[in-house]
Amino acid sequence: MFAYIVRRTISGLVLLVVMTLVTMMLFFSGPLHPERHACGKICSPAQIAVTKKAFGYDKPVLVQWGQFMQGIVKGRNFPEDKKLEKDHPELVVHCTAPCLGYSKYFTQNVTTLIKTSFPISLSLAIVAFILWITGGVLFGVIAALRKGTIIDRGIVGISLIFYAFPTFFIGLFLYKFVSIKWQLVPTPEYIPFSQNPWSWLTGLILPALTLALFFMAGYVRMTRAFVLESMSEDYIRTAKAKGLPARRILTKHTMRAAFTPLVTMAGLDLAGLLGGAIITETVFNFNGLGGLAVAAATNNDLPILVGLVIVLASFVILANIIVDVLYAVIDPRVRVG
Amino acid sequence: MTTTTNADVLLSVRDLKVHFPTMDGIVKATDGLSFDLAKGTTLGIVGESGSGKSVSSSAILGLHRGTNAIVSGEILLDGEDLLQLNDEQMRRRRGQDVAMIFQDPLSAMHPYYTVGNQIGEAYLVHNDVSKKAARTRSIEMLDRVGIPQPDRRVDDYPHQFSGGMRQRAMIAMALMNDPGLLIADEPTTALDVTVQAQILDLLQDLQREFNSAIIIITHDLGVVAEMADDVLVMYAGRAVEYGPCKEILTHPEMPYTWGLLSSVPDVQGDTDARLIPIPGSPPSLLSPPKGCAFHPRCVHRDKVPGDLCFTELPDLTPARSGGSHVKRCHLPNPDEVYRVEVLPEIAPDLVEETP
Repeated sequence: MFAYIVRRTISGLVLLVVMTLVTMMLFFSGPLHPERHACGKICSPAQIAVTKKAFGYDKPVLVQWGQFMQGIVKGRNFPEDKKLEKDHPELVVHCTAPCLGYSKYFTQNVTTLIKTSFPISLSLAIVAFILWITGGVLFGVIAALRKGTIIDRGIVGISLIFYAFPTFFIGLFLYKFVSIKWQLVPTPEYIPFSQNPWSWLTGLILPALTLALFFMAGYVRMTRAFVLESMSEDYIRTAKAKGLPARRILTKHTMRAAFTPLVTMAGLDLAGLLGGAIITETVFNFNGLGGLAVAAATNNDLPILVGLVIVLASFVILANIIVDVLYAVIDPRVRVG
Repeated sequence: MTTTTNADVLLSVRDLKVHFPTMDGIVKATDGLSFDLAKGTTLGIVGESGSGKSVSSSAILGLHRGTNAIVSGEILLDGEDLLQLNDEQMRRRRGQDVAMIFQDPLSAMHPYYTVGNQIGEAYLVHNDVSKKAARTRSIEMLDRVGIPQPDRRVDDYPHQFSGGMRQRAMIAMALMNDPGLLIADEPTTALDVTVQAQILDLLQDLQREFNSAIIIITHDLGVVAEMADDVLVMYAGRAVEYGPCKEILTHPEMPYTWGLLSSVPDVQGDTDARLIPIPGSPPSLLSPPKGCAFHPRCVHRDKVPGDLCFTELPDLTPARSGGSHVKRCHLPNPDEVYRVEVLPEIAPDLVEETP
């Protein structure tokens, strides 16, 4: 098992490295001029050329990538200019390892930017995750047990509505009514957990709910399908024939089988959400990773984009490894020998 | 109607009907089935797929409760009508007084729990004992059904068992509480031929030891010949022939039974002998044929005067061979037809011996 995890981790790291290269190549293959954005609106061609050189955008992609990888391992300076560093040390920004680059737009190190934004996305993702898993599984099981009744139809129908409406609509709707009109929760804002756990929760409950309602719809339908499928399995008939009470059959035999496939999905969805929820964050003005990604994309800010790719990809890769290991724990048939 | 003259009747099924209402109408999976079973004896229920064998036996266990099936009639176990019990009372009897083993032991066991866990569960639910006691009992039963190293194998998962061992484990699970009645629904169909024989031997051994009555559901007349005291042949949800095993196998009087016998290969028989399939396929239980349900496939229907086969459902009447053997057929002289037309085709070597 240990060897398996090590092997998976190594292949995950290789994948990450390749992804950074691919992202850079994609970026430079487009008709983008990051140096113009970085320089500003009124810039002479000479100034643009200087900016280009300062960021190293004049070098071949592979060289830039080499510098980037070096930055991750031992840090680097912006601009990479020994003479300037000697003459005007105040003009050179040092970026300590692990350095994901320097954003001219935010005039900050990407690592710092991600460090500030990540807790916001993390908080949102965790609260949303708890809400949607609880709600999705609960309503999914109820719908399955009441299959064909008005309760089942109601649950499936309502979840479909939340699934069909765009997130920004649900988000704005909740914002407008729950927060502003009925004043049930304070205006959504991010308050660090360490500062006040209660305000942290009430501040992000609406955006988290918006996300949860969207994901929940899928989980309700899938839980319902998995439970129904499991209930028609032969081993459930065996359990009945043994004389087990219905409740025990449901909790021990049906649920165990029905929840296994949910683990995979839940893990991957959570990992994806950790990389930021762009629309929801925008609607509620949360400056998480999603907001950062939007800013980076609209300003051709390559360092942030590459940094976000790394972060998001590591979550997905990590989640995959965790899910696979969890699977081996849950399902004895896939245990590695 | 009864073949068991014995006083100690364990199970008595009277006019059992299991109907499933569907969008297209009522599916009569079992339509008026009656039989008796004495303690320690074996009844073989034979028929094609879809003839209502499994549905009838599931009804005995009350497995149709909670579905939309309509079950009527009487199922008397030790004199008590199981259909009158409430769900909780029925649950208590399942696994305790009546147990069941299924066709495919791999899908019949939960893949995520150890064999010991699943077997022990059957004991725990009906007895107020500790988990440890249940485990000890599981090991004991696994040993009894012939699993080597039961104290180690008890912690294995079903996928680590072979097919035959899984079916042994299922038998252990069923016999955990020493039930008076064991229903085996095609217990050997999913197994290798060599393993089949072992499982049947095991069932017979255990039957002698525990004195359980067994209902064995099968489409394999070989299994019936080896195991059963009585045989019930089912077609389209009804009994078409019922009687002592020996009688049915030697003097069958219903063309469907003849068809079943013709389609059994005979290992010792003539290599030139051909297997004769029953033409056609089983009827829809939604709208079974009028008259005798078997008439569309029956090659002997012309021997019946008039159009009786097409219009009148024959009653179960005593067979010509007498005794408790009954059959559902309009043929006036089935014993002659069998002797003259059927037997020479399926077992030419037997013709001379038959008087």
